[in-house]
Amino acid sequence: MINGKKIEYTGDAQTPLLWVLRDELHLTGTKYGCGIAQCGACTVHVNGAAQRACVLPVQAVENQDIKTIEGLSSDGKHPLQLAWAEIRVPQCGYCQPGQIMQAAALLNSTPTPTDAEIDTAMSGNICRCGTYPRIRAAIKSVAGGPL
Amino acid sequence: MRDQTQDQVFDISRRRFIQAVGIGGVFALSTQLITPARAIAAIGDAPSSTKQAVNLFVAFDHEGTVEITCHRSDMGQQIRTAIGQIIADEMEADWSRVRIVQALGDARYGDQNTDGSRSIRYNFERLRRLGASVRKMLADAAGQYWAVPGSECVVADHKIVHAKSGQQLDFRDVIALLATVKVPDDAELSLKSRDQWRYINTAMTTVDMEALITGRALFGADVRLPDTKVAVVARPPVVLGKVTSFDAKAALAIPGVLKVIKIPAPTEPLVYQPLGGIAVIATNTWAAIQGRKALKIEWEAGDNGTYDSAAYQKRLEQQTRQPGKIVRSQGDIETGLAAAATRLDAEYYVPHLSHAPMEPPVATARLTNDGVEVWAATQNPQADQAEVARMLGLQPAQIQVHVTLLGGAFGRKSKPDFSSEAAYLAQQSGFTIRLQWTREDDIQHDFYHTVSAQKLTAGLDDQGRIVAFRHRTVFPSIGALFALNQTGPSSGELSQGFTDSPISAPNLQLEVGEAQAHARIGWLRSVNNIHHSFAVQSFIAEMAAAAQRDPKDYLLEVIGPARHLTFEGMGDPYPNYGEPLTRYPYDTGRLINVVNLVAASAGWGRQLPEGSGLGVAVHRSFLTYVATVVEVNVSGGELTIPKVWMAIDAGTVVNTDTVINQCQGGAIFGLSCALHAGITMKHGAVEQSNYHDYAVARMNEAPPLIEVQVVASDALPAGVGEPPTPPFAPALCNAIFAATGKRIRQLPIGDQLRS
Repeated sequence: MINGKKIEYTGDAQTPLLWVLRDELHLTGTKYGCGIAQCGACTVHVNGAAQRACVLPVQAVENQDIKTIEGLSSDGKHPLQLAWAEIRVPQCGYCQPGQIMQAAALLNSTPTPTDAEIDTAMSGNICRCGTYPRIRAAIKSVAGGPL
Repeated sequence: MRDQTQDQVFDISRRRFIQAVGIGGVFALSTQLITPARAIAAIGDAPSSTKQAVNLFVAFDHEGTVEITCHRSDMGQQIRTAIGQIIADEMEADWSRVRIVQALGDARYGDQNTDGSRSIRYNFERLRRLGASVRKMLADAAGQYWAVPGSECVVADHKIVHAKSGQQLDFRDVIALLATVKVPDDAELSLKSRDQWRYINTAMTTVDMEALITGRALFGADVRLPDTKVAVVARPPVVLGKVTSFDAKAALAIPGVLKVIKIPAPTEPLVYQPLGGIAVIATNTWAAIQGRKALKIEWEAGDNGTYDSAAYQKRLEQQTRQPGKIVRSQGDIETGLAAAATRLDAEYYVPHLSHAPMEPPVATARLTNDGVEVWAATQNPQADQAEVARMLGLQPAQIQVHVTLLGGAFGRKSKPDFSSEAAYLAQQSGFTIRLQWTREDDIQHDFYHTVSAQKLTAGLDDQGRIVAFRHRTVFPSIGALFALNQTGPSSGELSQGFTDSPISAPNLQLEVGEAQAHARIGWLRSVNNIHHSFAVQSFIAEMAAAAQRDPKDYLLEVIGPARHLTFEGMGDPYPNYGEPLTRYPYDTGRLINVVNLVAASAGWGRQLPEGSGLGVAVHRSFLTYVATVVEVNVSGGELTIPKVWMAIDAGTVVNTDTVINQCQGGAIFGLSCALHAGITMKHGAVEQSNYHDYAVARMNEAPPLIEVQVVASDALPAGVGEPPTPPFAPALCNAIFAATGKRIRQLPIGDQLRS
């Protein structure tokens, strides 16, 4: 299941989920950044938890519930997306779908994260433009608590 | 399977583009040549078209929505929004009825090389005039409609009002009439005054925000054309290395792999040529990557196979210990140093750096009846046209280049080797090709930031005042990419933080040594300002420490009085980023001002706990003045950065929030340069391969707060994308010194704080 839709895939079972999403399904919001789970640009939710699609063989997610940035909200108005727009987080924006998916998974499990918890959850996601202070502020604006 | 490109690639149709027109005398004022073309307002014989072009940059649809063309590439600096702000403001468009479309590569736009922090500098004035010309034409068209003089019609907020008769028209109502209106001469244009600006100098949200946060934004890697095959290339590990033999059998046996094609080796000078190698074409990216792994290739390293960065560092350092070619000299350095009460010497080193944008280089190419069409994450589409044409034996006009959003670039994507690879493979295979660089390709085959050694020497009098300053710099030149036997930097490279030394010393000498390039060297965000600013601003703090003075006060003393630098004692004129010093002086008053501003906001001079410290640095680059204060804490060798303060004077700015965002990002880019990153070479090959061993700053290392003051200025616009980077590393290292007494003279910092 991807974004609530049942998907059949008959290709190489070892293919990372990332390339199935991008090449076969044209769900291009999930990005390639490193291919070795170092940058987080390919972050998706598997059963609600953040996973790196670039190292996840597609066979490992058979019959699992996968959510990509395209399925995070029906109208682009997930609270984190609204916060991202309000705080004007993105620069180039390439890493931001992964950042948002990672942050959404964090808030699902930890609704009011501390700074240290934000660091732990988000430090696997690289932003080469350096939007980290705004990402942190956007997460906090959704989570509540002091900015 | 939906063809996303049809609705997502934001370019103007080829037909309209060809028929779109010039804009009278407006461009005559620009610094670049554009053939002045006669104005024809309407498309004329294009019944299917719903758009009417007023000029190259402005068109209307039948609803009266303004389509503004952005001819510069957007890599996160949000130039698409800024260009919209400039034109929409001057033509009095309602922002909610503005749409931004992306230009194809075409020389008629003038310079499209989105590099050098100059999009606003090059375009602010001319695009304002262009917007003003549309405003005048709208007034004249309405005047025609009402049979009153255009001068009686006022254009405001997407409407034209005739006060005398109390009548009002929407832009939509006069579009057809624009065809009959004369394009105003330059003398007829009136620009809005600053207090009339509604979009310029405000914080507007990027026009791409919704697409960026929903995953719908179209980057280079996201172009999906029908029947596209994916290619990856195995390139020679050493620059100018060659394939001696290869065996593709195992690669071709991998399901999905379709073809294996050899890309010819380049010849010197390299310019933007692909590096050659063996390409694997497959039905999908994963199969192409697997196919490449299965290739058996014998490489010949060539002359650069001896390149070893550790040995090279020693050679550069040796060179800084000997006199170099003098490029600027005031007073008498030897006498000054001999008479000094205290003499300081320090050597600085900065390694090669890689751009490592989040989106590795990627381009899609498809053959057309008369040439090739390319979609690329490129900073410089006209260079793509030229390079692809060279590679394919075609004319640049036969190469149509669509510019997507760029997932970061930092200078990497102004070199179109990847478009050339895509186009060559399309030509050879007949397929539509998406050429994807992997992260390993990106780290190992970049156009690297140069590698540099510097030696700085100062003489202080018995009061600690600077009486002599000598700076030697040695680094291989970007020029080696374009010319053979280039053994030293150009005056342009030296102008970046070296020959423009603002140090007020009665005896000053700047010397440069020779160095041969053994890697592809290219410009990387702020270029030579990175290493020069690091050395100079660190060394001034070393002098302050020797003189037992406050580093900020000493920095201001060394800069001396507010003045315009005259570049006394310099043989060649100072290049000044291509601008005359009369228009853009080097004004030390502005340098002093940003230091004072940032010091005040950082609470400079306050007491800090043990293990904490503040560091300051200031630098002018790309005609912009930036000062940075970094606060650090170092405990047990662990570095944390609680907060950073910056002040920037970039003259007139278009989008105030973009400036803040670029400052924050530029600081963190500087942090990446300083912390861990460094490219090293062994036997001519790069030793790093991905983000695990070419580490860039992550959230847990980054300052949670970066406070930015943007100086309100009506000076001419200057650069924004690059200037925030250079002062960061020295401010950080000065803070580390203040916290620990440890002076960092070599980047990256790595584990130096633990030793």
